[in-house]
Amino acid sequence: MKKTGAQILCESLIREGVEVIFGILGGAVLPIYDTFPQYPQLRHILVRHEQGAAHAADGYARATGKAGVCIATSGPGAANLVTGIANAYMDSSPLIAITGQVARPFIGKDAFQEADITGITLPITKHNYLVTDAAELAKTVKEAFYIAQTGRPSPVLIDIPRDVQQEEAEFVYPDKVDLPGYKFISQGHPAQIRRAAKAINEASQPVIIAGRGIVISQAYDELKELVEKAQIPLVSTLLGIASFPGNHILNLGMLGMHGTAYANMAVQDADLVIAIGMRFDDRATANTKGFAPHARIIHIDIDPAEIDKNVPADIPIVGDVKTVLKALNQEIESRDHLDWLSQLEQWRYEHPLPDPELVSGERGDELLPQYVIRQIYEATQGDAIIVTGVGQNQMWAAQHFIYTKPNSFISAGGLGTMGFELPAAMGAKVGCPEEMVWCIAGDGGFQMTIQELGTIRQENTAVKIAIINNGYLGMVRQWQELFYGRRYVDTKLWNPDFVKIAEAYDIPGIRVKHREEVVPAVDKAMDYPGPFLLDFLVEPEENVFPMVPPGESLAKTLEVPKGLASLNG
Amino acid sequence: MNSNTKHTLVALVEDKPGVLNRVASLFRRRGFNIQSLAVGSSEQPGLSRMTIVVADDSTVVEQVRKQLDKLINVVKVSDITDEDTVARELALIKVKATASTRSEIIQIVDVFRANIVDVALDSLTVEVTGDEDKVESLIKLLRGFGIKEISRTGRIALTRGA
Repeated sequence: MKKTGAQILCESLIREGVEVIFGILGGAVLPIYDTFPQYPQLRHILVRHEQGAAHAADGYARATGKAGVCIATSGPGAANLVTGIANAYMDSSPLIAITGQVARPFIGKDAFQEADITGITLPITKHNYLVTDAAELAKTVKEAFYIAQTGRPSPVLIDIPRDVQQEEAEFVYPDKVDLPGYKFISQGHPAQIRRAAKAINEASQPVIIAGRGIVISQAYDELKELVEKAQIPLVSTLLGIASFPGNHILNLGMLGMHGTAYANMAVQDADLVIAIGMRFDDRATANTKGFAPHARIIHIDIDPAEIDKNVPADIPIVGDVKTVLKALNQEIESRDHLDWLSQLEQWRYEHPLPDPELVSGERGDELLPQYVIRQIYEATQGDAIIVTGVGQNQMWAAQHFIYTKPNSFISAGGLGTMGFELPAAMGAKVGCPEEMVWCIAGDGGFQMTIQELGTIRQENTAVKIAIINNGYLGMVRQWQELFYGRRYVDTKLWNPDFVKIAEAYDIPGIRVKHREEVVPAVDKAMDYPGPFLLDFLVEPEENVFPMVPPGESLAKTLEVPKGLASLNG
Repeated sequence: MNSNTKHTLVALVEDKPGVLNRVASLFRRRGFNIQSLAVGSSEQPGLSRMTIVVADDSTVVEQVRKQLDKLINVVKVSDITDEDTVARELALIKVKATASTRSEIIQIVDVFRANIVDVALDSLTVEVTGDEDKVESLIKLLRGFGIKEISRTGRIALTRGA
């Protein structure tokens, strides 16, 4: 039966199990939007800016594990998706971006609202398509979802000229894809797995670095089995933080630039690093020259191009993390590593994270951001999805919330995108309506996508928003303080009253200035049935510690410097 | 492997619009330097064969190969540097020629088993095929007569036998 390109697109999306689409319409996607009423099972959420659509679809994808779909018109609409696509690309999130394009006869003529979006997104998509024939559309959608969701997940963009949306073609949805140039390896090579098992069984000071690959592959149980059977301590990357219970005795927390001192010490002293589903990002490794100097490295990842890219691996295993760990666990012997673990416990005791309670006590009544995060943890008991953008707020959320639930942390990791938090939290809540979703925002990042409050209100998406408001672009200010002679050039922000802004959007909010107001405010936000905003006016010059100064190795982890603390206090 | 050896990568790619751009864009974005790139139809319909020469150390070239392999339109890619291969390039060289130098040029061209493909009053155009050393040597010898233009294809290569 013949259908229009727009109908073929909708039918194909439904066959891929799509329930929600985030987007904004415009001239070049009008035929698609015009068919939406024929497909009520596709819920369209009208965002306020296309960047919000991409982040929301990304947040949805990360929370549900299914591809998130966003749609935008040609030219500016498509270009506005770019940051969101790049963000999803860096964090291996399966995003399907659909863009309208000017009609075929106008392509290449610099027509109104024309942009070469397939050219623009070439380096930030796993693949992209310009569909020039309605008869190709169903096959293209099938391929796009397959590519986006298999192997290492990533964004795929489909650009559809307006006249292709209107053109009629026979609709047949293909059963399978034919992609001779696309392959991924799930099973790890048995010989490599045997080598890895031998190295693990022989190691006396092993450490696991857990990355987002564990979350993507849902290898939580397999990871736990490995950790417990061989008594191997674990550190995680930022995006691997919710791959293993934060309250487990063998979890040393996050490594890297703002990792715990004892996690970094464990890596630096290890004789074997087992890197699982991670890519040795520079924020995790610090200077690779001094990284884990005594360790052999086992690197497990589904993307062969990650092997030896940043840190050379002694024993690489290419494959799906869950499948590889299952096989690996069968060859692992029980160990206790008593000496190593007691050494680590001693370091944990001697070099703790700054304690939010203790720090507050020392400094009197100041409202400290770490304390706010910890109270959100206490109130939720970890039963929440935490969504952050980038910066100090992100690091405090990583350090002081205890992630006991798998996949409970969603953050703009690789690209470090301010403004990700609000739309991504919205997307996560739409995908997981039963979950409590907290958006942890800085006052700077919040204002980059603040308009999505309109979408949140329109859809009544019950996101709880905590603004860690220090009146600065805080992480940049911290760098200016530490590395640019405390010259605060253009980091101070004049901010509006965020509670009044929320009220203007008909979203209730509370401004919190004092420590004792935190708990009641968090409780109130959680009890409220809809979206709620909390504006925490925190100590303006609080810094994130520990910190590895840029260019240094993990061995140079600075803990809270006493001098700096007094400087700030 | 010495660092910065010339590596020859051969890629079988889908013959679709934009594929060359995808490959070139990858090199640019990852900071890999292409020395030459030649592309044309292969023996299989719908597939082209690309020969890419990269001068870098083996680790970098292996990263190039793996990144190329990730492109959906790249069906297969191999580094054939250490394999037994036949590699050739073709060059067209337009060299100044006068009545007094013409015969000397023709002699040189004969020694190289190259061909004269165009004769004009004041120039000769020479076509030479061979490995890069041969092409370079001929260019070096002709330089003395005054070279007006050179156009080279870059290396194309196949593994021997099988």
